[in-house]
Amino acid sequence: MAEIKGAANGSSTSSADSAEYSVLLPGVLQPLVGGQSYLTASADGAVTVGRLLDLVTGDYPILARRLRDETGALRRYVNIYVNGDEVRRLDGLKTEVAAGQEILIVQSVAGG
Amino acid sequence: MANAESYVLAIGTKKGMWLATSPDRSTWSLSGPFFITSEVPSIGIDTRDGRTRIMVGVRSEHWGPTVAHSDDLGATWTEPDHGAITFPEDTEAALERVWQIQPDSAERPGVVWAGCEPISVWKSTDGGEHFELNRGLWDHPHRTEWGAGFGGPAAHSILLDSDEDRVLIAMSTGGVYRSLDAGASWEPRNRGIQADFLPDRYPEFGQCVHKIAADAAGGGRLYAQNHGGVYRSDDDGGTWESIAEGLPADFGFTVLAHPHRSGTAWVIPMHAEEHRIPPEGRLAVHRTHDAGSTWTRLDSGLPDHEYNAVLRDAAWVDTAEPTGVYFGTRSGFVYASADEGETFAEVASHLPDVLCVRAAVLNGAASDASVTGSHG
Repeated sequence: MAEIKGAANGSSTSSADSAEYSVLLPGVLQPLVGGQSYLTASADGAVTVGRLLDLVTGDYPILARRLRDETGALRRYVNIYVNGDEVRRLDGLKTEVAAGQEILIVQSVAGG
Repeated sequence: MANAESYVLAIGTKKGMWLATSPDRSTWSLSGPFFITSEVPSIGIDTRDGRTRIMVGVRSEHWGPTVAHSDDLGATWTEPDHGAITFPEDTEAALERVWQIQPDSAERPGVVWAGCEPISVWKSTDGGEHFELNRGLWDHPHRTEWGAGFGGPAAHSILLDSDEDRVLIAMSTGGVYRSLDAGASWEPRNRGIQADFLPDRYPEFGQCVHKIAADAAGGGRLYAQNHGGVYRSDDDGGTWESIAEGLPADFGFTVLAHPHRSGTAWVIPMHAEEHRIPPEGRLAVHRTHDAGSTWTRLDSGLPDHEYNAVLRDAAWVDTAEPTGVYFGTRSGFVYASADEGETFAEVASHLPDVLCVRAAVLNGAASDASVTGSHG
């Protein structure tokens, strides 16, 4: 069972047997979540990046569509870093996230 | 008496959208940009149901495509939480771009169609807030043989009329298809249209038809601007004949039909496939009053030189009398004519590449203002 929280500038708590995860958002996406700079979720045990996205975007379907298309694939120019490593260089959305690791969403360098 | 916002012109570009309003189609007030940094390849303006709804296909290179709408001329925009157009899970497909948003006829308020990439047609019955995939076309046996034009594989033209069962579409590449059962099944309608990029120059389907338009009189008269060639059909696409004689080039992207007067249509020729610029750098609209037998060059008010193309949806006509003609260039200039193309005036300049324009007569400005956008 997961608990989802959002915070503009504070911390959140979780039960003793669950881990808490934070996902940092780029400024351009923050208006979609009421101005929050990051979203948090707590879950029992380790979670994948994909599962974590499910959790934190559950209340924000437009944010979910900005990050992944309807097949569930991460959009081409959306980069997600786990402790500084881009998930495409790891195991993609199946990359496991450990408690305390930083998950950062950034738009890639693209366009013209 | 016209009010201060009697006419609206929506301009979709490579980086955002602008709106222009005018009391008389000679002076325009520009607002925007909306959706800055995102491309706006499709716009539909629906003036049925006593309101003016502007629907836009928006696509961010980073954040993907979506559809938004405004009922207050751009003051506020609404985007459905779960998306207006999303592919069902079993298709294993994802929306790339919305190429066309087309309000249905006056008899069916609330019905809006969309053409998308990957090649697909969609129908909404709630004013464009949620669309359903047309399965007849998605499951068509030709699908695996349809290709992609330079802009991507897309259904980009949808023609509708008072007969609910009859729908015509055009796709690149694939050509023209018609349904006579409200989209349950589709048949190719390309006989006579050349595909000069294929070994078989006259295939059953596979042509790169850039745009189609329906003659005001109906009765199955259609116009097509092909990848190479300008054509007319008098039998609902059953056969096509060239009407390119008299034009400076048969290549181009757009074709417009007069909303009220049979036989009148406009094209904006581009010089040859390999160049894709106005012939000799001289931008002009060409108009026929006799269904393509003869053409008249119209360039009053247009610049002396222009080396950028006018794309397939970057031209439109309104429903007023006389009909307004509008188009924009990839150099970001937009022109409007209030006299069917006799003279043009600059509406906007130095915008990003213009991808689409749509114009509408707002209620109160003209007697025939109840429907716009269904003639394409």
